[in-house]
Amino acid sequence: MLVRPKPGILDPQGQAVEASLRQLGFSVGDARIGRVVDLDVDATDAKQAREAVERMCQQLLANPLIESYEIALKADA
Amino acid sequence: MSAPRPTVAVIVFPGSNDDRDAAWALHALGAEPVLVWHGETELPSDVGGVVLPGGFSYGDYLRCGAIARFSPAMDAVGRFAAEGGPVLGICNGFQILCEAGLLPGVLRPNHSLEFVCADTTVRVERTSTPLTSRCTEGQRLVIPVKHGEGAWFADDDLYAELVELDQIVFRYESDVNGALHGVAGVCNREGNIVGLMPHPEHAVDPLLGPDDGAFVIASLVDAARDSTLAAV
Repeated sequence: MLVRPKPGILDPQGQAVEASLRQLGFSVGDARIGRVVDLDVDATDAKQAREAVERMCQQLLANPLIESYEIALKADA
Repeated sequence: MSAPRPTVAVIVFPGSNDDRDAAWALHALGAEPVLVWHGETELPSDVGGVVLPGGFSYGDYLRCGAIARFSPAMDAVGRFAAEGGPVLGICNGFQILCEAGLLPGVLRPNHSLEFVCADTTVRVERTSTPLTSRCTEGQRLVIPVKHGEGAWFADDDLYAELVELDQIVFRYESDVNGALHGVAGVCNREGNIVGLMPHPEHAVDPLLGPDDGAFVIASLVDAARDSTLAAV
């Protein structure tokens, strides 16, 4: 899962990183910092896995006031 | 003969560090504090008030208070609050209450990205809560803050609603951390749960500095005493 600050939410961490990158000579803008959560889910199928992960995001992994999330599922071979 | 001390529970999470300060302040102001481990499913039967103390529960992992809010003790705190019991969330306690949805809004990193440790002046915006009953409207309190994630935030619609419903309880006199409209503390719709970023428990002894925190702690002790008596 990727958890990102919602558009419009002030991200001082992103601003600090952007300033550092500019100091290093890179021409960048609008840096935003989120987080990646990787985990294995026990589920009978992809649909069940996705539903479980949705609930995880809503209950714990993201704060809906300020964060949005994106889920990417990879089935085990 | 003096009245018995009302019981106030101080919930201790892994990483809480101001629990004993809160207990000390409560005792100094007439309560009988009881430290309650976060794994407990029940509060003491005679509990009249609850404090969620400051600290770094679960190391502030994921988001401050995001994990602590799922502790078994928080179910008991929720039931106590639903019955109208007074609950005070200080700093990390405020963060936990917001993550639990018991208080509105969210606490975000200080806009300066610096940890702030300083005495600050807050203005009391609402005195009709069990945590501010000893205060006067507009009273200034000098209380220390020590936090890296204290910038309270809500979107415009929520903020307007909270102002309308008088749920803003404390505001900083001047900007401390980038909190929206200088909000330092809020309450729930019913007014019995209050969270604030400053630490009143660190400001009750004039020997150590400002003692304005006593207004908040003493209000809680009053409320705990009243609720204990009412239960008899």
